[in-house]
Amino acid sequence: MPLATLPTLTPALPEIFLAIASMLLLMLGVFSSEENNTRTVSYASVLVLIVAIPFVGLVTEGRTVTFGGAFVTDTFAVYIKALVLVSAATAIIMSKDYLKIQGIERFEFPVLIVLATLGMMMMISANDLIALYLGLELQSLSLYVIASFQRDSARSAEAGLKYFVLGALASGLLLYGMSMIYGFAGTTSFDTLANIFHDAHGHVSVGVIVGIVFMLAGLAFKVSAVPFHMWTPDVYEGAPTPVTALFAVAPKIAAMGLFIRVMVGPFGELGAQWQQIIIFISVASMLLGAFAAINQTNIKRLMAYSSIGHMGYALIGLAVAGTAGDAALQALGVQSMLIYLGIYMFMNIGTFACILLMKRDGRMVEGIDDLAGLSKSNPGLAMILSIFMFSMAGIPPLAGFLGKLYVFQAAIQAELYALAVIGVLASVVGAYYYIRIIKVMYFDDPVDELDRGISLEMKAILVVTGVVIVFFVFYPVPLLTGAESATAALFHK
Amino acid sequence: MIIQGLAFYMFAAITVAAGVMVISARNPVHSVLFLILAFFNSAGLFVLMGAEFLAMILVVVYVGAVAVLFMFVVMMLDISLAEMRAGFLQYLPLGAMIGFVLVMELGIIGGSWVIADNVDKNFVAPIVAMKTTNTEALGNMLYTHYVYYFQAAGMILLVAMIGAIVLTHRKRPDARKQNIGDQVSRHPSDTLEIKKVSSGSGV
Repeated sequence: MPLATLPTLTPALPEIFLAIASMLLLMLGVFSSEENNTRTVSYASVLVLIVAIPFVGLVTEGRTVTFGGAFVTDTFAVYIKALVLVSAATAIIMSKDYLKIQGIERFEFPVLIVLATLGMMMMISANDLIALYLGLELQSLSLYVIASFQRDSARSAEAGLKYFVLGALASGLLLYGMSMIYGFAGTTSFDTLANIFHDAHGHVSVGVIVGIVFMLAGLAFKVSAVPFHMWTPDVYEGAPTPVTALFAVAPKIAAMGLFIRVMVGPFGELGAQWQQIIIFISVASMLLGAFAAINQTNIKRLMAYSSIGHMGYALIGLAVAGTAGDAALQALGVQSMLIYLGIYMFMNIGTFACILLMKRDGRMVEGIDDLAGLSKSNPGLAMILSIFMFSMAGIPPLAGFLGKLYVFQAAIQAELYALAVIGVLASVVGAYYYIRIIKVMYFDDPVDELDRGISLEMKAILVVTGVVIVFFVFYPVPLLTGAESATAALFHK
Repeated sequence: MIIQGLAFYMFAAITVAAGVMVISARNPVHSVLFLILAFFNSAGLFVLMGAEFLAMILVVVYVGAVAVLFMFVVMMLDISLAEMRAGFLQYLPLGAMIGFVLVMELGIIGGSWVIADNVDKNFVAPIVAMKTTNTEALGNMLYTHYVYYFQAAGMILLVAMIGAIVLTHRKRPDARKQNIGDQVSRHPSDTLEIKKVSSGSGV
C-alpha cells in the first residue's frame, strides 16, 4: 500500500497557527499565576490574532485548494478573514475592563474567542459541505459558551441557553438541507456541485431545491435575518457587553462570507431558485430592524435590532448576486455587500466601544436614558457616538451612507427597484431611533453623570473607528480595492 | 447461507423485542438493560453485514459507556413511574399523529419500491470490493482524505471540554484537599508539644 501524500498545508497556515496558538494560550493561562493570568492571556490572544493577519495576507492572487478540495484560500477569504480577525481582536481588547468590573475575569474568555475565530476562518475557507458544517459548529460552540460566560447572572445564562437551543435547531436545518443536497447531487464538494449545476442549466431536481431552502434557513439564522431573528434581541441583551460586541460583528461577517461563498459558488447557477428568498428575507429584515427598534429602551437591544436591519441591507447585495447569467452584475452585488460589511464592522466596533464606556459609579449601565446629558459631562464621547449614530442612520458624507449607496446602486442596476425603495424607506425609519440617541445626549437634562476616564486602548479604538467613518469618503480606496479583488476571486476561476 | 439467515432473524427478532421492552418495561433499570440487549444484537447485525468495526464500536461505546451512563442517571434520578404515566393520555394524540406520519412515509417508500421497477438501483450503496479490513479502510480514509475534518472535529471537542469546565467548575476555597508536599515537609515541632508529666500527678 503506497503512503498517502501529505496535503499541502501552506494554504491553511493561518488556521493551523491559530489552532496551535489557542492550545498554547490555554497552557499559558493554566500555568501562569492566578492574579493576572487573564490579562496575560488576553494580551497574548490579541497578539496572536494580529500576527495571524499577515499569515492570512500571504495569499495575493489566485485560488488555492487543499485537503482534497475541502479547503480553499483566495482573495475573497483574505478580505473576510481580515475583517473577522480585526473585530475579534478588538472584542478582546474591549473586554478587559468589563470582565474586571463584573468579576468574571477568567483566562478561558480570550482563548474561546480565538477558537471561535478559528471556526469562523474555517467556515470562510470551506469548499465542502462537511468543512462548512465543522467550521460553523466550532464557531457556534465557542460562542454559546461565551454568551453565558457570566454564569451567575440569570440573563447571561438565559442568553447562552437560548442561543444554544435555537442554534442547534438551525444547525439541524442546515444539516438536513446539506444531506438533501448530498442525496440528490451525490457530492459534498462545492466545485463538483458547481459543475453539476452548470451542466444542468438551471434544471435540477426538487430535492436539491428543498435542500437549498433548508440551507438558506440555517444560514439566515446565523446572520439573524428575519424570520430567523427571534434569538437576537434576548441574546444581545443578556450576554456580557463585549460578547455582544463580538456577536454583532465577527460571526455575522463570517456567516455573510459563508453565505456569499455558498450561494455564489456551488449554487450560483441556480440564482433563479434562491434569489426570491433572499429578496424576501432582506426586505423583512430591513423593515423589522427599522420598526421594532423604535420602542427599545436598552441600548444593547436596540443594537440587536439595528444589526438585523443592517443584515437586511447587506443581503440586498446577495439578492443582486442572484441574478443568474450576468457575471458583471453578480460581481457588483457581491462587491457592494463586501464594502457594506467592512463599513458595518467599523461602525459597530465604535458604537460598542461607546456602550462599554457607559459606567456609573463603577457599574455598567445599558439604558438609553442613561446617556442623557452626555454632551455636557463628556462632550468628546458624545460627539464620537453621534458620529457613529449618524453613520448608522446613513447621513452623508459618513461611511454608513456610502455603504448603503453602493448596495442600493447595485439593486438599481439589477432592476430590483422595489428592494432599493424599501431599503431607502426603512433607513428613513431607522434614522429616527439612531438620531433619538443623539437627541437624548444633547437635549435631555442630565440624570446622573456617567463615569469619566477612558483607558488608552478604548481611546485608540474610538479614534481609529471614528476617523475611518468620517474620512472614508475622502479615501475609500483600500476598502474598495480589497472588495474588488475579493469579488474577482469568486467570479474568475 | 441458511446459518446466516437464521442468525439474521434471531438478531433482528431479539433487537425488535428488546426495543419494545425498553419502552414498555415498568422498571426503568430494566429498560436500560433491555437497551443494552438491543445494542448487542444490533452489533450482531453489523457483523453479519461485514461491518465488524462498527459492531465493535457499538459494543465498546454504546454498551460500555453510554448505557452505563444511562444506568447511573436512571438510578440516581429516582423517577416516579406514576408521574411519568400521568401525562400519557395527554400526549397520546400527538404521539399517534407522529406515528401515523411515520407509517405513511414507510408506506410511500415501500409503495414506490413496488410501483417503480428501477428504484431498487438507488438503494444500492457503492460497495467496493476491498481486501482490507474495516478498520484499515476507515483509518486510510480518516487520516488521509478526511484529515482536515478529523482535526476540526478534534478542535470542536476541545471547545466542548473547555466550555464544560468554564461553565461548571467552581473554586471551593473551603474544601480540604490533600497536599502531599505539605504533609511530607511537616515538622513535628510545628504541631507537637512535648510535655513532661511528673509521675503520679496525672495530666
